[in-house]
Amino acid sequence: MSFGKRIRVVVAKPGLDSHDRGAKIVARAFRDAGMEVIYTGLRQTPEQIVETALQEDVDVIALSILSGAHLTLFPKIMELLKRKGLDDVLVFAGGIIPKEDVPNLKKIGIAEVFGSGTRTDTLVKFIRENMRKRK
Amino acid sequence: MTNIEQLIDGVLKGDRRFIAKTITLIENDLPESQRLVSLLYPNTGKAHIMGITGPPGSGKSTLIQKLVEELRRRRKTVGVVAVDPSSPFTGGAFLGDRVRMQELSTDEGVFIRSMATRGSVGALAKATKDAVKVLDASGKDVVVVETVGAGQSEVEIVKVAHTIVVVLAPGLGDDIQAIKAGIMEIGDIFVVNKADRENVNKAMIDIEAMLNMNPEREKWKPPVVKTTAITGEGITELLDKIDQHRKYLEAGAIDTRRRRRVETELVEAIKEKVAEAIVDDLKKKGELDKLVQKILEKETDPYSAAGLLLAKRLKRFKTG
Repeated sequence: MSFGKRIRVVVAKPGLDSHDRGAKIVARAFRDAGMEVIYTGLRQTPEQIVETALQEDVDVIALSILSGAHLTLFPKIMELLKRKGLDDVLVFAGGIIPKEDVPNLKKIGIAEVFGSGTRTDTLVKFIRENMRKRK
Repeated sequence: MTNIEQLIDGVLKGDRRFIAKTITLIENDLPESQRLVSLLYPNTGKAHIMGITGPPGSGKSTLIQKLVEELRRRRKTVGVVAVDPSSPFTGGAFLGDRVRMQELSTDEGVFIRSMATRGSVGALAKATKDAVKVLDASGKDVVVVETVGAGQSEVEIVKVAHTIVVVLAPGLGDDIQAIKAGIMEIGDIFVVNKADRENVNKAMIDIEAMLNMNPEREKWKPPVVKTTAITGEGITELLDKIDQHRKYLEAGAIDTRRRRRVETELVEAIKEKVAEAIVDDLKKKGELDKLVQKILEKETDPYSAAGLLLAKRLKRFKTG
């Protein structure tokens, strides 16, 4: 096992969701794929998520949301990221997000939106491929 | 990418983005990281460095959240380095210490960095002590280092921290555990956390009895503090004790500790540099494989081979 540079991901739970089963499974999958995963815990504000991403110098932010507040919270997160100069971070989302909202989320810079039932290896592959594109 | 001078300048100004980038560079052990640390070095030595260690689940992260809140009330700026283990199989890590420190993440006077061990033993990562230097140089009054959940012998923290707090909880072991060497010897302050549980007093007595039997190496007698981190009970008292220890160190003991720490750091740096030079040289000449083969065939053993290598080089060193 060699330990060079590692992909660092923050798995974040914005808003008032009351459970994080999905987020934890995803975090575990990233860990098992050799990434360093920083988990924020429940009920995070956009400010807390962006500040965590900044201090932890992450490459990726994975947002998990079930509450339906994505159209309010995601634009705030994306704006804060831009303002703090973190627009090179890959951001994607998962949880319960209606299909018709996806184009709008992509417009503001969310790279992809995954629904329930997505295989975790799909997510790992997505991170690896999109990280490479950025370099 | 930003150059080294910009990074240094940013760190010294306390810029959070530059602090974060600098720590990443050091963590990834890039060629420029040693120069970075050298350049920051003159600006270090001002922060009080606290090490928080103890078994997994004893409540270290929650305790740190409360400690930092209290430090902020006392108008101190704080850096936190929280270490969790890397998987020996995949190299991945789940860094969960921030979950207990959520309220601190948007406080501008606090900087928290999670760090994976990346193959290091001793409950710290290789980059931890340099990450502490970065936070120190950035002007933080206090730097708190949270070790990986440590069982008995993971005592690397003594090389990094000024004041070591060992966090225990009731029911983790009896007086036999308290007699064992290792982690129970390194505490400057002992905490029995989760004091709302049963058997708190039993735990206090076991630890106090153990401490009373310690030979007197220093004038400082480690106090035992009862806390319930989740409610914040006992935190003020704990911080007062930490402060007393800081004052005790500043009255003289710190020079010995600092000297000892610099010495270990130097010895480790020499080991690393010398080993690196010899191994690189062997690899370049293709001799490493040959030696490995010889050892496999039992013609020699690792110690004799290493001894011979060193003897040859020392001779060249003396004559040259």
